[in-house]
Amino acid sequence: MTIPNIVGAGLVVIGAGIGIGKIGGSAMEAIARQPEATGKIQTAMLIAAALIEGIGFAALFAVS
Amino acid sequence: MEKLIEEFSLGLFFWQAVLFIGLIFLLKKFAWKPILDSVNDREEGIKNALDAAENAKKEMENLQADNEKLLKEARAEREAMLKEARDIKNKMIDDAKEEAREEAGKLIAQAHASIETEKKAAISELKSQVANLSIEIAEKVVREELSNKDKQVKLVESMLGEATLN
Amino acid sequence: MRRKTSLKPITLLLLLITFVSYAKEGAPSSDSKADKETEIKEYIQHHLQDSYDFTLFSWTTEAGEHKYFGFPLPVILWDNGLKVFSSSKFHHGETVAEVDGNYYKVHHAKIYKVDGPNGEIVEDDHHHATNEKPLDFSITKNVTMIMMVFLIMFFMFKKMASAYKKNGGMPKGMGRLLEPIVLYVRDDIARPNIGEKHYKRYMSYLLTVFFFVWIVNLFGLTPIGMNVTNNIAVTFCLAIITYLITTFTAKKDYWKHIFWMPGVPVPMKIILAPIELLGTIIKPFSLMIRLYANITAGHIVLMSLIGMMFIFKNWLGSPLSFVLAFVLGILELLVAALQAYIFTMLSALYFGAAVEEHDHHEAH
Repeated sequence: MTIPNIVGAGLVVIGAGIGIGKIGGSAMEAIARQPEATGKIQTAMLIAAALIEGIGFAALFAVS
Repeated sequence: MEKLIEEFSLGLFFWQAVLFIGLIFLLKKFAWKPILDSVNDREEGIKNALDAAENAKKEMENLQADNEKLLKEARAEREAMLKEARDIKNKMIDDAKEEAREEAGKLIAQAHASIETEKKAAISELKSQVANLSIEIAEKVVREELSNKDKQVKLVESMLGEATLN
Repeated sequence: MRRKTSLKPITLLLLLITFVSYAKEGAPSSDSKADKETEIKEYIQHHLQDSYDFTLFSWTTEAGEHKYFGFPLPVILWDNGLKVFSSSKFHHGETVAEVDGNYYKVHHAKIYKVDGPNGEIVEDDHHHATNEKPLDFSITKNVTMIMMVFLIMFFMFKKMASAYKKNGGMPKGMGRLLEPIVLYVRDDIARPNIGEKHYKRYMSYLLTVFFFVWIVNLFGLTPIGMNVTNNIAVTFCLAIITYLITTFTAKKDYWKHIFWMPGVPVPMKIILAPIELLGTIIKPFSLMIRLYANITAGHIVLMSLIGMMFIFKNWLGSPLSFVLAFVLGILELLVAALQAYIFTMLSALYFGAAVEEHDHHEAH
């Protein structure tokens, strides 16, 4: 692994982290606002998080 | 990416594909189909039972409503019958009264007529009696005053003139 | 709920045994810190790789001799004819195996052909072996594991299914635990994502893939210490099956939305077509990478934490690494189920997109 690769990997992780964090935060807010829709919100949250995670992993493998 | 391609093992892929596709079909035949079918059957059974209960409840309600309706109708009929009877009674009484009044009127009229006739008869009898009496009196007077013819006539005339009949 | 509590001690016990076993495996013999680090690194590398024999744990004796506890597995090669032999011939990768006048050597968990009994692997500048590679259909450790899971799943669910028949449509024993999960897959994964009309066709695949990935992930956390889903070949196989099912069951609408997106201007349609087409490949690709990377990363971190115990070797570091590894172990249990759920969920989502029927008069 060269330095640019490591920096790239770091950027990917930061980006994915921010993305998943935002999803988690929004989901929390949504659940707090509508506790009766918790199940649906969780499902949607997991799917969105998984998609971002997938992109993150793909980028990680691309730079490494 | 390079690492991934390097790591890729054709043998493992082959075995995984064979075993996994085999597993899908085997489980489909021996597990998922029977499991899902019996779960479905059970759910259908529960649903049917619930529907049946709902239907029974509805039928009960309908029956009750019918009963209510019948009762109401019966009550209305009784009311109507009573009213009719009352009407008939009233009419009969009215008719009877009318008839009685007519009868009474007729009787009174008859009575009036007979009274009139009786009165006429009595008057005529009275007249004839008065005449007889007058004749008897006249006879007596005549016998007394028969001697004098002029006197006789005068007397008769004056007497007749006095006896004014009403 | 009662069932959950009764399972807890077993789970904890399994976890503890896992650590004990890992700890045994990771015990380094050399003293210097740098040596230990490289040894742990190598050990983790080795753990993540497939192997030709089924070794539960190994150790080094005082005399520097490697001892292994396990059993060999059959090696099946196609190299100008079928060659089947026991992996004990490799002596755990330490020697060259001779079969019918050909010589084979294991290098980074792959079999290469070498020239003679003392032949060496020749590496190029990028540390890639340049030796000839025979077609390898060996029953490796991971294949053994897949076979085991195959048998476990087959008999478990067959028994569950037959219990329904005997019991008049009610689950019994194991089925009582599994039925809610089966129903969860049906009611919360398949039905909402695929739709009431088509979901039945995909149930077999979704259920199989869910339980397969979950059980395999759980086995990866046991002391047997094998992790099938951190092989790219396995996740690639699962992803390509999802891709093939999506492609072959797709309705006309699906293709129309890829090649000629309705409701957008023509130049956009031309731009969108390759993007959408690429999307159909990226979707299963991300499925593959996600499962692979999650499990691999989990194992690397877990084993590194356990390995730290032997590097720090003081009153603060070792308990800390134990606690961290313990917490991470519990997290990995969650991840094992979560990845199975995500894989199934996204597969269902893709199937749903393939069979969806759009109402063009109102939408878009």
